[in-house]
Amino acid sequence: MHKRLLTLTAAATVAFAANAQAQDTIKVGIVTTLTTPASIIGKQMKAGFEVAAEHLGHKMAGKKLELIFEDDAIKPNIGKQKTEKLIKKDKVDFLAGYIWSHVIAASAPVAFRANKIIVSANAGHAKFSGKGCHKNFFNAAWENSQTPMAMGELLNRKGIKTLYVLSLNYAAGKQMVDGVERTFKGKIVGKDLVPLSHKDWSAELAKVKAANPDGVFVFYPGSWGPAFFTQYAQAGMTKTPLFNVFSIDGANLPIFQSRNMDHLLGMVNTSYWGPDLDNPQNKRFVADFKKKTKQYPAHYAAQAYDALMLINAGVKAAGGNHNDTNKVRAGMEAADFPSLRGNLVFGRNHFPIQNFYAREVVKDANGDWVLSVKETVLKDHAPVNSGECKL
Amino acid sequence: MDYALLAEQFFNGFQLGIILFLVAAGLTLVFGIMDLVNLAHGTLYMFGAFFAATFSMVTGSMFLGMLFALPVTLVAGMLMEWSLLRTLYQRNHLDQVQVTFGLIIFFNELFLIAWGPEGAAIQLPDYLQGTTPLFGDVVVPDYRLVIITSGLLVALGLYFLVSKTRIGMLIRAGASNREMVAALGVNIKMLYTVVFGLGAALAGFAGMIITPITQAESGMGEGILILAFVVIVIGGIGSIRGAFIAAIITGLIDTLGRSFIDVAMLAVMDTEGAETAGPAISSMLIYIIMAVVLAVKPQGLFPPKGA
Repeated sequence: MHKRLLTLTAAATVAFAANAQAQDTIKVGIVTTLTTPASIIGKQMKAGFEVAAEHLGHKMAGKKLELIFEDDAIKPNIGKQKTEKLIKKDKVDFLAGYIWSHVIAASAPVAFRANKIIVSANAGHAKFSGKGCHKNFFNAAWENSQTPMAMGELLNRKGIKTLYVLSLNYAAGKQMVDGVERTFKGKIVGKDLVPLSHKDWSAELAKVKAANPDGVFVFYPGSWGPAFFTQYAQAGMTKTPLFNVFSIDGANLPIFQSRNMDHLLGMVNTSYWGPDLDNPQNKRFVADFKKKTKQYPAHYAAQAYDALMLINAGVKAAGGNHNDTNKVRAGMEAADFPSLRGNLVFGRNHFPIQNFYAREVVKDANGDWVLSVKETVLKDHAPVNSGECKL
Repeated sequence: MDYALLAEQFFNGFQLGIILFLVAAGLTLVFGIMDLVNLAHGTLYMFGAFFAATFSMVTGSMFLGMLFALPVTLVAGMLMEWSLLRTLYQRNHLDQVQVTFGLIIFFNELFLIAWGPEGAAIQLPDYLQGTTPLFGDVVVPDYRLVIITSGLLVALGLYFLVSKTRIGMLIRAGASNREMVAALGVNIKMLYTVVFGLGAALAGFAGMIITPITQAESGMGEGILILAFVVIVIGGIGSIRGAFIAAIITGLIDTLGRSFIDVAMLAVMDTEGAETAGPAISSMLIYIIMAVVLAVKPQGLFPPKGA
């Protein structure tokens, strides 16, 4: 009798202690890409989250902060599985990360059903800024068509009259093309969306040459970039200017530099952020990121940093009570923290309203290649379908 | 009709066909003679690519790098056969698929760890970075000409080996009737290792010559492997001649399809429909052709005699 009472008391104490400890830890589950050659992006995102955690002292509002990383291998079904695992097995309080739009499209509904807040630190699927917006969905990056819309505007400014468009045949790739078509005032003389397995552009480059456009627009992130830019030079096409979104960034610039791809110097792309944006938190972030990884951060890392700081702002606003989803959400909507892009303002659909800049590939003081912000192309820009969001 | 564009696309398709042939030739021999479904054939393609990239970097010469990588890939292939695949000859195809699929996953991850996600590249020497006018307006990159030439030379060498040498005779006999060759007292074990090594060298060669264009990365073997299987099904399993003709046809259809399907679609549907249907259909086209061949002539277009 005593033995049973003792055992039960011990069990209850352990359970209570474990629960109490669980109450004291805030867990953020992060789905990113850690395998396949595209893990070059995932590595940046992971490092961005880790620098943010270090700046927070691994605490949120006094409670211990734990980051759990999972890999999606660029597959929506795996991303969905990992999201489920993070919620059900690891009992995370928040979900964040998600590089790919088709992965987050499959994974977000899982988070919604579990009433968890999910913060995209990259995937800018247009669904979630418009009709598919959700009170628990936040995007700390951008909506897919915004960056190419800025590029279209830049192309107009540069006097480009005819354009050939090259992209990837999946959700984000199509939305990138939509974006540039929205603002570009000239004529699009050709369009090719290649499958994700595509590595040899000989046929497409022959078509581009035949069309003889003023410029070529490309969306080739991650490892598609190096293959495409190499073949572009090999086909003798460097006289036709290349304009890209998300194809040259801090993640793959070191690769381009090590392969002496000099025709990329001076190339311009558009983004809401650049490593030399002039504010104190960005300077600190870039310096600490370089110390940690020996590389410049790309926007992937900057978004991850802002995503974690955003969650922190929400938890702080709720007085540390991270289970009070309504208070946390309100805190996140207010976004009262120093963002790497300056001042972060959210629309009703929880997507940022922000500036977009033109950035050029230049050499820094040490001769390392880096992107530098040159001019503002769009000011206080919101996703075009924001009006469709019923929040 | 832009004839310069058409000619360039023919050229590009032909070049793709040459690469496909190099990969498919080894695959068809291994499947035809040893009855081994080797999904890791694409991994041998990847071996060639990465070894050549590293040796090129170390020696500073693309040519030397490839020269050293070729025997290393050959030996790696033979090691793979001797240590693991040899146990699979008696087993059914599903077992072979499972083991070789496991090899794919293992090596993809190993190469990702060893070389990092950024993969590896081979720098083309300056004299190969230019373009050459072929005729009229048609201009082609020099290096792609090199690929076609070396591929054709290898094809010629293979033809000579298979039709004019003793070992080639054994290979042809094995492709036609494996049991008979064993029954006639030929050292089947040695023949298998040689055939596998030959296939590995061909696949490795294809991997290394395409790397200056597409870069070497983990998982690069899968895409080409799938197309190679399509090629050997269309050409006839065990037939090198079939592999050559089917590879050229496949390369041409795939490239010309990608180039002109969207234009063709515009004739029957509106722009948005064409833009969605075009890429989808051009990806599917080669598989549709394979299905048609399977339905009409299941043993392939040029099966080895007696098969």
